[in-house]
Amino acid sequence: MYRALADAIRDAEARAVTLSRVALDAEAKDQGRPVSEIRDALARALAVMRGATGRGLEGDLRSASGLVGGDAAKLRAGPPGPLAGTIFRDVLARALAVQEVNAAMGVIVAAPTAGGAGVLPAVLTALADARSLPDERLIDALAAAGLIGAVIAERASLSGAEGGCQAETGAGAAMAAGAAVEMLGGTPSQSGHAIALTMQGMLGLICDPLGGLVELPCVYRNATGAAIALAGIEMAMAGVTFAIPVDEVIDVMGEVGRTMDVRYRETAGGGLAATPTGRRLARERLVQIRRSEG
Amino acid sequence: MVSLLDIIGPVMVGPSSSHTAGACRIGLLARGLVGGTPESARVELHGSFARTGEGHGTDKAIAGGLLGFRPDDERLRDALDIMAREGLDWRFEKTTIDDDAHPNTVRLTLSRGGVTRTVTGSSLGAGRISLTRIEDYPVEVSGNLHTIVLVAEDRTGSVARIAGILAEEKVNLATMRLTRRARGGDAFMVIECDEAPSEAAIAAIERLDWVRWARRLDKVSA
Repeated sequence: MYRALADAIRDAEARAVTLSRVALDAEAKDQGRPVSEIRDALARALAVMRGATGRGLEGDLRSASGLVGGDAAKLRAGPPGPLAGTIFRDVLARALAVQEVNAAMGVIVAAPTAGGAGVLPAVLTALADARSLPDERLIDALAAAGLIGAVIAERASLSGAEGGCQAETGAGAAMAAGAAVEMLGGTPSQSGHAIALTMQGMLGLICDPLGGLVELPCVYRNATGAAIALAGIEMAMAGVTFAIPVDEVIDVMGEVGRTMDVRYRETAGGGLAATPTGRRLARERLVQIRRSEG
Repeated sequence: MVSLLDIIGPVMVGPSSSHTAGACRIGLLARGLVGGTPESARVELHGSFARTGEGHGTDKAIAGGLLGFRPDDERLRDALDIMAREGLDWRFEKTTIDDDAHPNTVRLTLSRGGVTRTVTGSSLGAGRISLTRIEDYPVEVSGNLHTIVLVAEDRTGSVARIAGILAEEKVNLATMRLTRRARGGDAFMVIECDEAPSEAAIAAIERLDWVRWARRLDKVSA
């Protein structure tokens, strides 16, 4: 697999193909498997993603602690805001939906991780459905997202314990942005700018879940991460470019993660988890989980 | 090397790849040591598994793994109820194994059909796991391939003999590691194979009079 997005973008543009094409070719070569088999695996992932967005929007799920659940359905059927009826609101609903399913021990695709699993399916399926794109295009987009995530894993990190939330929802947003630009007909280089524009907006984001549980703020971080991905997509497709090359932006994410205080790396020792209310809720909810499990 | 399918996956029951999917895989891999669902089990949770395990369903995930469920099986949610319904005597405790242990570690003492085995496993992140101790032997078993574990007397030609049995089965060996406590004492062997060895092959290995016991641990990676 590629270690630099610049190399993948250069190869794709030299061959006049998409990023997903060079990603699938590289994967087939690395793993010694035919492209068709890789696409089949991505098709199964897509089916699970669609299952999770659908399940979460039904609105009847609660997490183990009871801290999260039911908010996706509010975006679907609740009172309108200024963005009612737009793709933006649909994306927020789907991102919350997947994370609510995750928090309730439902089945999701950890892409890139379980805690950041909402952004990619929300952005890709909402944009594809709005234009009635065939699943083939979504499967290709997932291949492009996999390439972007693989480069982030190689150069920075995909773990909240190592790099904070920027490494989980930040990576998910970057993957979604680059993949969506390709799916909507943008060039490989536009995908690169979309990734950079998205990641620059996620830099420094801490991982501070209440009680160490993948619930709060994780569920909402996926929705706001998806919103930043939409901003990156919209700017890149309008022709906006980002002056710092995409691989260098990813390197910054890695550097920020490595120097981030341990309190902000999934330990519940800082941030929202360490607020008076955060500590109280975590304490109360853990007691509740223990009681419900007898 | 990072694979694209590692990034777009695994498909799993939430909420945490380390505390849920990885925990399930440890149970799933460990049950092979007693050849199936244990009748009794002591599950000792250490570190972050003990502190945040309940909220992540770590106990349910380990129980589900011990029942033979995979990380994407929705029955994980109900694993503790299933355990109770089947009358299995499994106890969950919090402990400190030792200060150097990985934060996501569990020690399992499993019994089935008169055999009891103790195993320690850690969840390393993103669903990857490692069994780090089986009985008193330090080991490293990832479950990424089909694995045979066995304890045998330390004697000349033992490796060749076992390799021969597997070759007859057309099982290709990927890695083989030998740990022994003293020269001439017992040795612990971990053999990773590309194909799943048959029960007959494991039985043939166990029939060698210098082999104390042998088990097949089925691959648990996606």
